Amino acid sequence: MNDSVNIKVAGFGGQGVMMFGQMLAYAATEEELFALWVPSYGPETRGGTANCSVIVAKKPINSPVFQKADRLVAFNLPSLEKFRNNVEKGGIVLYNASLIKDPGVIPGATVLAVPANDIAIELGNIQVANMVMLGAFLEVTGMFLDATIDHILQKLLGERKAHLMPINRSAIAAGRELAKNGASSHA
Amino acid sequence: MEIKYQKSKGLTDKPLSYCPGCTHGIIHKLVAESLEELGVLDHTVGVASVGCSVFSYEFFNCDMIQCPHGRAAAVATGIKRTHPEDIVFTYQGDGDLASIGIAETIHAANRGENITIIFVNNAVYGMTGGQMAPTSLIGQKTTTSPMGRDAHMHGNPIHISEMFSQIEGVSYLERCSVHNPRQVRNAKNAIKKAFSYQKEGRGFTMIEILSTCPVNWGKTPQDALKWVEDEMTKVFPLKVFKDAGVESHE
Amino acid sequence: MANKVLMKGNEAIALAAVKGGVEAYFGYPITPQNEVSEYLSKYMFEQGRVFLQAESEVAAINMVYGAAASGKRVMTSSSSPGIALKQEGISYLAGSELPAVIVSVMRGGPGLGGIQPSQADYYQATRGGGNGDYHTIVFAPESIQETVDVMKESFDIADYYRNPVMILVDGLIGQMMEAVDFNKPTTKRFLPPKDWAAGGMNTHNGRNTVCSLYLDPYELERHNLKLQKKYQAAIQNETRFELVNMDDPDYVIVAYGTMARVVRSAIEILAKKKLNVGMIRPISVWPFPKAPFKNISRNCKGILVCEMSLGQMVDDVRIVNNGALPVSFFGRAGGIVPEPEEVVEAIMHFESRRVD
Repeated sequence: MNDSVNIKVAGFGGQGVMMFGQMLAYAATEEELFALWVPSYGPETRGGTANCSVIVAKKPINSPVFQKADRLVAFNLPSLEKFRNNVEKGGIVLYNASLIKDPGVIPGATVLAVPANDIAIELGNIQVANMVMLGAFLEVTGMFLDATIDHILQKLLGERKAHLMPINRSAIAAGRELAKNGASSHA
Repeated sequence: MEIKYQKSKGLTDKPLSYCPGCTHGIIHKLVAESLEELGVLDHTVGVASVGCSVFSYEFFNCDMIQCPHGRAAAVATGIKRTHPEDIVFTYQGDGDLASIGIAETIHAANRGENITIIFVNNAVYGMTGGQMAPTSLIGQKTTTSPMGRDAHMHGNPIHISEMFSQIEGVSYLERCSVHNPRQVRNAKNAIKKAFSYQKEGRGFTMIEILSTCPVNWGKTPQDALKWVEDEMTKVFPLKVFKDAGVESHE
Repeated sequence: MANKVLMKGNEAIALAAVKGGVEAYFGYPITPQNEVSEYLSKYMFEQGRVFLQAESEVAAINMVYGAAASGKRVMTSSSSPGIALKQEGISYLAGSELPAVIVSVMRGGPGLGGIQPSQADYYQATRGGGNGDYHTIVFAPESIQETVDVMKESFDIADYYRNPVMILVDGLIGQMMEAVDFNKPTTKRFLPPKDWAAGGMNTHNGRNTVCSLYLDPYELERHNLKLQKKYQAAIQNETRFELVNMDDPDYVIVAYGTMARVVRSAIEILAKKKLNVGMIRPISVWPFPKAPFKNISRNCKGILVCEMSLGQMVDDVRIVNNGALPVSFFGRAGGIVPEPEEVVEAIMHFESRRVD
């Protein structure tokens, strides 16, 4: 991992964008790295676009805002359109190929198509699309140990939603599998 | 020599600052006697509002907190919530309670805050020099309604007790007056009952008391008392609006 | 970092208040600080302490007044327009010498404004909208950790001076998540018993009254002079600041809160451009730190004040600087958090203008 990684996660409200970002921040904290999670907040999180920024670093984090993201995760087209020009050279972009048919060209970035909704529906619950995306993200970025993510997931689901652990695990594994095969990645 | 009568232990030795003929003094005495008779003075906190009664923090012989204009019910809430074992009361005029402080008062009542409000209604802003109050009568001349209160321009006098009788959190609510000895005795009973209800934890209690302001009304003390009887009680009838104690026996 | 937990700023503020010994909370909903009261509504109930959602900000600050006057540790929290409504109560707290903690999570203004992070309430916090010659002790931390640390201590400070203390953060600090350690030790102060409190005569000797009314002007002047003495002591003892890279800087930036963190990143970028830039970061904004300005090195070419407003703290800097160095300003308004590159550009512009 670089000394500091700026991550932008964006999508519709309800797609699990905030949880995606929070899991990265929790994982970083558990692995004794520095982390900062900043949400977009306000009316726009209801049905409109929602996004959050996560900074993961080996040293204390200064600015909570950044101009360019090293990693962009776009769950829908408006989000990709909004942030596509703010990706660092050499950055990685993951997009939800179930909703975005043509991502266009993002110069200087590695782009990975993840049909997150389709895979989630195949697994039996569209709500785990964000975990499919997370699995792919973890695979291509090499961030965090499997055990850390599993532990965070358990903590966040809690006892009340413990029965959802298996499908969430499967979703992360499916995302990883897809990324390993490097489906449609190009520079 | 045998003592026939003495000042209540609920009052300090500070001479009252009210104008001659004003009935604030009588009401002070009734509140003080009630607290003394109930044996609660050592754990009572009073809230002085803004208006003529602002100095009541110097007169009642218990811990007193003077507060911003209209906010007495909120201040009392802060005290009572953190000191549920204390008896907490506010002493407020009509400008303070019925105008600037109506929101705080309604919400304290609606939460059923276990406090007692002594609401002194003299239909005028006394301290600031006789301006029109929300309770001024139609036709009443004041320094800001020199032609007399006009319903079209100023609205009608606000009926606080009638309004509060609709609020579920209220456990005791009565409108009294102190314009003659019989009414004084009745007001004393009402005030004492309100404090007893608070002691029993029954919730919000308020006693509205019609009071005089001879100076700002431009009347002699005697004529002022007569005006309360003849004019004010017509607009503000004296009655028990709510008594949770009676209701629960029905 | 084993003791650290990842937490949202507003929730961390709430938990820190509990650790600081808060006995009662009164508040009214307003974005972006709602998580403070949401968190406390559950926690205070579980702890057998007082939580009440008031009917308005005005009522909330007066409930605070009542609880403080009767001797309890009490707080409220709000955001810009809500803090505006509390100003009357804050003046009364100061006038009646009552301790209380007020958390202000700033959003863009004026009027209803917006809900995004802002620092446009510096005047509101440090000058106060309430009437009279009074001061609120105001701390403006830059991280969740620093917010938690000062929040825990603030109740002691309020009790010590019998004066309201304000924690001033922007909406970003309230909304973001960062790891925080709640168990950092705090300095203990000697606090005299609250024998002045009006919580019933059975709790103290004699009869206590709490009031801010002094109709005799001589008496009121004496009261004011007494308050001023207290403020002087606060200036002596509570002024806090941090110096960053202040050995021999070409330029000095003055910034607080979230803005200061952006400036830290800007300073790193500027170092790569061979510009040596330092920062004076006020942690207390009232009292405003004056001493560090006297020690700025002679080679310094100017001071840039950065704020998430269109220029408020810059007034304090100009007063302290008293014409010694050129002062320039950079700020964004409306809820925009500037990026480090914008600060870099502001310094470069300052530099080019100076050379011209």
